[in-house]
Amino acid sequence: MSDLDPLRLTALEAKRLLVEGEASAAELTSAYLRQIDAVERRVGAYVQVCADDAARYAARIDSEMTASRGALAGLPTAIKDNMLTLGVTSTAGSRILRNYSPVYTATAVRKLFDEHIVMLGKTNLDEFAMGSSTENSAFHTTRNPWDLGTVPGGSSGGSAAAVAAGEALWALGSDTGGSIRQPASLCGVVGMKPTYGAVSRYGLIAFASSLDQIGPLTRSVGDAALLLRHIVGGDSSDSTSVELPSRIELPSAERLDGLRVGVPREYLQAGIEEGVRRRFDETIALLEELGAGVEELSLPHTEYALAAYYLIAPAEASANLARFDGVRYGYRAPDCADLGEMYERTRGEGFGPEVKRRILIGTYALSSGYYDAYYGQAQRVRRLVKDDFDKSFAAVDLIVSPTSPTVAFGVGSRIDDPLAMYMSDVCTIPANLAGLPAISLPCGLSDGLPVGFQLIGPAFSENAILAAAHALERAIGFDPAPTFRGGETVEATTEATS
Amino acid sequence: MVTEDDVRYVARLARLRLEGDEARRATGELARILAHVAKIGELDIADVPPMAHVLDVTNVERADKPRPGLERDEALRNAPAVTDECFRVPRMSQR
Amino acid sequence: MTGWEPVIGLEVHTELKTQTKMFCGCAVAYGDPPNTHTCPVCLAHPGALPVVNQRAVEYATRIALALGCTIRPRNVFHRKNYFYPDLPKAYQISQYDEPLAVDGVFEYWVGEERLTCRINRVHMEEDAAKLVHAGESGRIDGSDYSVVDFNRGGTPLVEIVTEPDIPSPEAAGELLRQLRTLIIELEVSDCVMEEGQVRWDANISVRPAGADELGTRTELKNMNSFRFLQQALESEIPRQIAVLEAGEEVEQETLHFDPETGSTSPLRSKEEAHDYRYFPEPDLVPLEMDPVWVEEVAAALPELPAARIARFREQYGLSRYDAFVLGHARPLAVFYEEAASSGVDPKPLANWTMGAYLAHVKEAGLEPGEGFITPARLAALVAMIAAGAVSGSAAKEVFARMVEEKAEPAEIVERHGLGQISDDAVLEATVATVLEDNPDEVAAYRGGKTKLLGFFVGQVMKETRGRADAKRVGALLREALGEDDT
Repeated sequence: MSDLDPLRLTALEAKRLLVEGEASAAELTSAYLRQIDAVERRVGAYVQVCADDAARYAARIDSEMTASRGALAGLPTAIKDNMLTLGVTSTAGSRILRNYSPVYTATAVRKLFDEHIVMLGKTNLDEFAMGSSTENSAFHTTRNPWDLGTVPGGSSGGSAAAVAAGEALWALGSDTGGSIRQPASLCGVVGMKPTYGAVSRYGLIAFASSLDQIGPLTRSVGDAALLLRHIVGGDSSDSTSVELPSRIELPSAERLDGLRVGVPREYLQAGIEEGVRRRFDETIALLEELGAGVEELSLPHTEYALAAYYLIAPAEASANLARFDGVRYGYRAPDCADLGEMYERTRGEGFGPEVKRRILIGTYALSSGYYDAYYGQAQRVRRLVKDDFDKSFAAVDLIVSPTSPTVAFGVGSRIDDPLAMYMSDVCTIPANLAGLPAISLPCGLSDGLPVGFQLIGPAFSENAILAAAHALERAIGFDPAPTFRGGETVEATTEATS
Repeated sequence: MVTEDDVRYVARLARLRLEGDEARRATGELARILAHVAKIGELDIADVPPMAHVLDVTNVERADKPRPGLERDEALRNAPAVTDECFRVPRMSQR
Repeated sequence: MTGWEPVIGLEVHTELKTQTKMFCGCAVAYGDPPNTHTCPVCLAHPGALPVVNQRAVEYATRIALALGCTIRPRNVFHRKNYFYPDLPKAYQISQYDEPLAVDGVFEYWVGEERLTCRINRVHMEEDAAKLVHAGESGRIDGSDYSVVDFNRGGTPLVEIVTEPDIPSPEAAGELLRQLRTLIIELEVSDCVMEEGQVRWDANISVRPAGADELGTRTELKNMNSFRFLQQALESEIPRQIAVLEAGEEVEQETLHFDPETGSTSPLRSKEEAHDYRYFPEPDLVPLEMDPVWVEEVAAALPELPAARIARFREQYGLSRYDAFVLGHARPLAVFYEEAASSGVDPKPLANWTMGAYLAHVKEAGLEPGEGFITPARLAALVAMIAAGAVSGSAAKEVFARMVEEKAEPAEIVERHGLGQISDDAVLEATVATVLEDNPDEVAAYRGGKTKLLGFFVGQVMKETRGRADAKRVGALLREALGEDDT
């Protein structure tokens, strides 16, 4: 049996070990469960760990499933807790769904189950995916394995931290304004948001319907490609899902000769921290060494993208979260005199402050007399943001930027200033507005904390993005094992789920 | 400028109970956030068509054929209150 | 009501008889145990998404085309946001400013008068679930709790909105009846009233007769009885007039109609005026209506009532009103045409169909075409009258006995001796008897009261139990009474 190092093992390597009989599924799952035992108390990546089920299933794979194993058989996976898993409580990080027992499994997750992954558990997130630090979870704040006094980013902070901390081989997250890429950047892992529509949203607890996408968080670009390949595809249950024009390829590129890369000057003006800027510039230099041509360009409506997002996303969310009314499932406030009180107290008590804030903003933006100035105008800005990208992709193949303006910030340092928190997403939001695929990969450290490098491509250019990211990853040579410095046991904010 | 009355109105529309200080605090927060996002009003773009769908896809439909749904006990499984195989809710508001 | 005219508009909702719901694959079924036709989508579980039912779009298009609407090249769904227990997503997926169809017109009859009502729009949406208020009255006030059955939730609904072109409560009732008939003929809904498969809201205002501007309107919501609608309107119109004549203003409000008292009262508002916050449904993509497909749907429409009525006038030489009565609903129209195909004179056939036949069918609770009186049998009776085998008045008895004894007209005539008496000898004898028995009237007649002929004819008919040929009798009487009959 080879040495299974959960902090560095890639899925592609793990798959090879399993296929070639060098490790059993039970051993592989066991390695990750041991790591969870070792660090979860300090990291808090999970809402729920399914240790027994995972171990049992892995053993079954070894003993019973010798013939027809799925392509991902035995690979220990973490799933963000805003994706429904039949039989396993799914909370969206919220008190209002604390005990919700799903009646079906999300399509993307089901596809992975069909390939026989081992689900280690459901990871922590900002409540209803609203946030950039995972501090908005109703249960506890996940810590960044690189410095446990800092946030892992959000909203897929649990998934990013789990992968970084070796508590999962890889994970699924969701990205609405950067919620896969930004935590990937802060935790030093790879995170990808596919083209809007590439992955079915059926079973993803909706935040903003026109922006949400499910995607992989992994230790390597190759792993991201592998995981992505098995979750993409049109779904008859999701009218907004589409078939990709071509299959996701496992990248192998080592050089990037002839690749044209654009750097939007507006992104570099967005309050980028000095250390982040230095790593970014070094990575640009690497790109050029690999043969790519880099030029500056302009995406002129970038400065309005954040504002448009913080109108569109809350507006859609305000409608998507209206179904949480205590009638058919979820939390219902006890001892209510009438229906009106039941609605108001259920939602007042069940939702956290950031969710309530966004529902209020969203409702306001849609309300009579304000629709055109706010929501309507935001949708016009959205078209202009997309047009900016489309025009640029006539001149370049990919657009690059830092993923996040800063490295991981201290727990509690931004939670009282929503606007400061929103600024974390200034480089990631435009790709969601335009529906474009984008990846973040670690490009170095600044003050001991990971820095992320983002590549954005035209719609359905996943393979091109993965190829470029892969070549770059090789050249960067980032060691994904975090330092686990600082921090104590993670405390619960609310009672954990049953 | 958003007022506390606006916030109460919107909270009512969204069926969110704001306790004690919440309405006042929310008003301050909303005011700041809205002031920031209102910058999109600077743009003179009335003739730009709003983009409701980022995908260039139309006519996604399904055939009118029944598909298996939920058994009743599954449908009621998460219900906070059940009476006569239906979801029970408190009486309608008197106001 | 002098000096004022009512202005009425209608919003009609009809449930489509597709197999499955508008946005999910659950079956559309009536009368099944509660919550046995649900899924994550129509229960609005987290993560569930809608997918449009193709057949619902087709059926909605049929309705729109039958109403002469323009099918818009592109239509889009919107979310209509409000909270209610029968609305699981807390929004209804509906259509707002880009609906399926606009600008149609509906032709209908009130008595002999033909009216038109412009159709503002036709759009698609989903029905709410069924909310039942437990407690004594079954009404909202005084109930302890309510229960929700989601079987109905998500059923495809078509909404038809008229312009306020309807001039009276009677017209509103007739329009609805005839619209319902049309929808049934299109085979897109069974429009069963008891199941709430067709419902309507009415808005009503009054204005000085002949004025152009509209007054403030009130709204009557969710009615599914023609009779109650008419009563409600007949109660509301005078109320509004009284308010205006008192110099006050009509308040824009939603009203409830109480069938017990026969009057309207303001609905206790369950919420303030709704701010629905419509925005385009991000979970669905736009529908682009292929003109070729729309043409195919149009071509496959059955003959519409208006066209059929026009054809009946032309083909059978019927009056406008008779053509309407016989032609506006398919079952009776089919019956009449089949009977007419026998070659019998269409005009007397029309009278018999609209008269004795329609009365019989109503009384027996049958649909036209059902029961013993087939088109062939009715035609046979009318033919016998034309051939002089039975008199017009005896034929009424024959018809009644056909229904009762389920026998052919010829047989009934034979069995009961109802054949027309055409033998002059017999008739003359009866005439003579009648004149003998009524000497005063004879004298009066000869003295100038020629109207008494009718009396004598009546007496002869009585004597012959209606079997005499009335025309021949008249002629013989005139002869006998001393007038030249040429």
